[in-house]
Amino acid sequence: MIGSNTTENHPVMGSMIKNEVINQQKRLIVIDPRRIELARYADYYFPIKPGTNIAILNGFMHVIVKEGLYDKAFVENRTEGFEDLKKTLEKYTPAYVADICGLDNPDDIVAAARLMASLKPMALYYSMGITQFVSGVNGVKSTANLQMMLGNMGVEGGGVNPLRGQNNVQGACDMGALPATYPAYQPVASEDNKKKFEDAWSVKNLSVKPGLTLMEMMNAAHAGGVKAMYIMGENPVMSDPNQQHVIEALDNLELLVVQDIFLTETAQHAHVVLPSCAFLEKEGTATNTERRVQPMHRVLKPGRLIKDDWWITMQIANRMGADWDYEDAKDIFKEIRKVTPSYAGITYKRIENELIQWPCPTKEHPGTKVLHREAFSRGKGLFTAIEYTPPFEETDREFPLILTTGRILQQFHTGSMSRNSRVLEETAPEGFVEVNPNDAGNLDVADGELVSVSTRRGSIRVKARVVERIKPNAVFIPFHFYESCANRLTVDCLDPVCKIPEYKVCACRVEKIVA
Amino acid sequence: MDKIKLTIDGKEVSGLRGQTIMEVARDNGIDIPHLCYHPKLSKTGACRLCLVRIDGKMLKTSCTELAGDGMSVITEDEALRNIRKWLLGLLLMEGDHNCLYCDADGDCELQRYAKIYNVEKTDEDFPRNPREVDYVTSNAIKRNENRCILCGRCIRACKEIQVSNVWGFTERGSQTHLIADDDRKIGESSCVKCGTCVQLCPTGALTFQTVSGKGLNWELKKESSICIYCGVGCKIDFYTNEEGVLVKAIGNDDGPNKGHLCVKGRFGFDFVQSPKRLTKPLMKKDGEFVEVGWKEALDFVAGRMRAVKEKDGPDAIAALSSAKCTNEENYLMQKFMRAVIGSNNVDHCARL
Repeated sequence: MIGSNTTENHPVMGSMIKNEVINQQKRLIVIDPRRIELARYADYYFPIKPGTNIAILNGFMHVIVKEGLYDKAFVENRTEGFEDLKKTLEKYTPAYVADICGLDNPDDIVAAARLMASLKPMALYYSMGITQFVSGVNGVKSTANLQMMLGNMGVEGGGVNPLRGQNNVQGACDMGALPATYPAYQPVASEDNKKKFEDAWSVKNLSVKPGLTLMEMMNAAHAGGVKAMYIMGENPVMSDPNQQHVIEALDNLELLVVQDIFLTETAQHAHVVLPSCAFLEKEGTATNTERRVQPMHRVLKPGRLIKDDWWITMQIANRMGADWDYEDAKDIFKEIRKVTPSYAGITYKRIENELIQWPCPTKEHPGTKVLHREAFSRGKGLFTAIEYTPPFEETDREFPLILTTGRILQQFHTGSMSRNSRVLEETAPEGFVEVNPNDAGNLDVADGELVSVSTRRGSIRVKARVVERIKPNAVFIPFHFYESCANRLTVDCLDPVCKIPEYKVCACRVEKIVA
Repeated sequence: MDKIKLTIDGKEVSGLRGQTIMEVARDNGIDIPHLCYHPKLSKTGACRLCLVRIDGKMLKTSCTELAGDGMSVITEDEALRNIRKWLLGLLLMEGDHNCLYCDADGDCELQRYAKIYNVEKTDEDFPRNPREVDYVTSNAIKRNENRCILCGRCIRACKEIQVSNVWGFTERGSQTHLIADDDRKIGESSCVKCGTCVQLCPTGALTFQTVSGKGLNWELKKESSICIYCGVGCKIDFYTNEEGVLVKAIGNDDGPNKGHLCVKGRFGFDFVQSPKRLTKPLMKKDGEFVEVGWKEALDFVAGRMRAVKEKDGPDAIAALSSAKCTNEENYLMQKFMRAVIGSNNVDHCARL
């Protein structure tokens, strides 16, 4: 488990993991800057400094290679690029890694690496604690390096398993709600795909130029290149880094349309707000983190003037020259099946009774539980030699602490749902900053005291929670609470490849408030 | 696994070696009365209600006894029926089981068996130990141990499904009772409010705070959907009352969650019926939002988008789709941007 606070952020999965470890005697290695609940049950727990995932993963691989513990047959037959990686790993000795990661016991790196190699298969789980860095793509590749080296790919109980944080983030990606790909990850830059979708949609001149990612859109809006934005069910004012910049960007637009269930922090900046159905008021499908496509049914009747999101999009499209005539979600799904090969065999009828994981190319196909069984999609698995690189913003005298952000069990994302649910809001009504007792002592801050947290972007006031759980020199703030908005502080630098922001590390200062 | 053949109540059935009699019976559609047994939990044989007669002689608890090849099982005869009536009578005597004001409100396995076996509470003076009633310390779970039959399902649910180990038994014999952690009030314990103990409680000993006053159990309608929170994709049965108000969320056993839920999946859905929901389209006029009709709002949006597209080109327009919306809605949003606007500027919060 690396970079995933599973028992709080994917609690049902967290319980399944706890069951395997506590009741079924499976072994567990946990890597996280915070002493999360899973750390309690781990055989080895590594409280690494935020932003040093790649170093410790390289450290494990250094030991595995040096002691000849890797899966030689798998590396030989299924992969390429191993020699380059081997060279890079040479310098990542346990002592060198422990120094980068701020760990006291380099011997544990050796012991944990031996444990990994001795038990097959090993499943690796990660979440935003791997990805939300300027080195996010490299972090993910490092997890793949480790699992390929151990021969844990393409087998049940193994694999690299990213835990997706929203109920249909997998599906939104599958459906091509991404700037560079049509449904099923077919690149927009390909002339063949352009032709294919022009035929399917009966249109001409589809663009082959990949679009802007979310953060690039905000930057372009700020700079004036993007003039109009249509936002469906998102709240970037709360969820994007560097809040002030986001607000300026949105206020700079000639047209901002927000389609949502509440007048969110983002909707307040809109020119037009369109009320849409909440999930219990709609029908359709959602795809979970295991690629399982599941049916959502209408449980509640929406208000008289509240409309389905797809209906609203269709109305705007038709006023702009389209002639769409979808009757319901099922109609749209039929079209999805035609242009999305991995969904072609999935029908509304089948998913009522079957748990189907894509790819499922035909109606007779049972779905695919494990990917990469015989080969990877590119053929051979490619090892990438990756060096540890430090985060964008390192601590200094002015901002001496590392700020990391995330979620808590009882709240969700920007809070528009969980904060409007009584039991959740009563249980966790306010934000906090976790401070190590050591730092709290130096700052003369007591548990429960209101403190000021500042970065180069801004500053907030929030209650201190003095806990051993967080490493010395680091602090943690959940981002759900507008009253103490963590994203007023976070830095908006991006991974150069996938443009993910570095939510997990920036430099901050915690100060006592003197009245 | 080896197949085995046996007869249950004279009917030939087959099962697998290693299965209990209860499991073989269930797989073959035969219901053996039980209270402490639950298919998702380990077996304890505590309630004795599932006693069956094996090969015409021995009485064994079918939830713990392995089925054997050639075995002949009788699930009910007069002696067994009398034992069940006697056991149920003891349970009724020992606790405060009054269905009239019980929070289980008919969703009760003890009540079901009391009806099936026509058992009534006797007037016999039975030494009762008043136990803990805690309706106030937790905003999620109500506890009335006078309705507890010590089946231990909640303890096993917390140990084996949620794996938080909050519940446990303490003391012995007739003094045995349930405690949270080291004898704390439930609201002051380490309980994370997943509600799985309540979902599996066969009586009204553990109930949800949030359902009282929202209608009677048998009036509720049930429909399943997928949880809106994280990516695990838990399947949930949502119960609504006659007024269309959401009453409770119960984990569906057929989903990837196998019936389990977390605190958000259990209690996180008030927002759908929040009075703060948007109900009409809004347009900003002179800096203030005013309610408008759909036609005006949609005409305005389409008109302005067309103007931007004509003036600055399609790439001056961008859209954010949503990981909270369905596949169908995401598909349509990207199709809108690509086919109607002519730009690939579409993304969503996958990285956030």
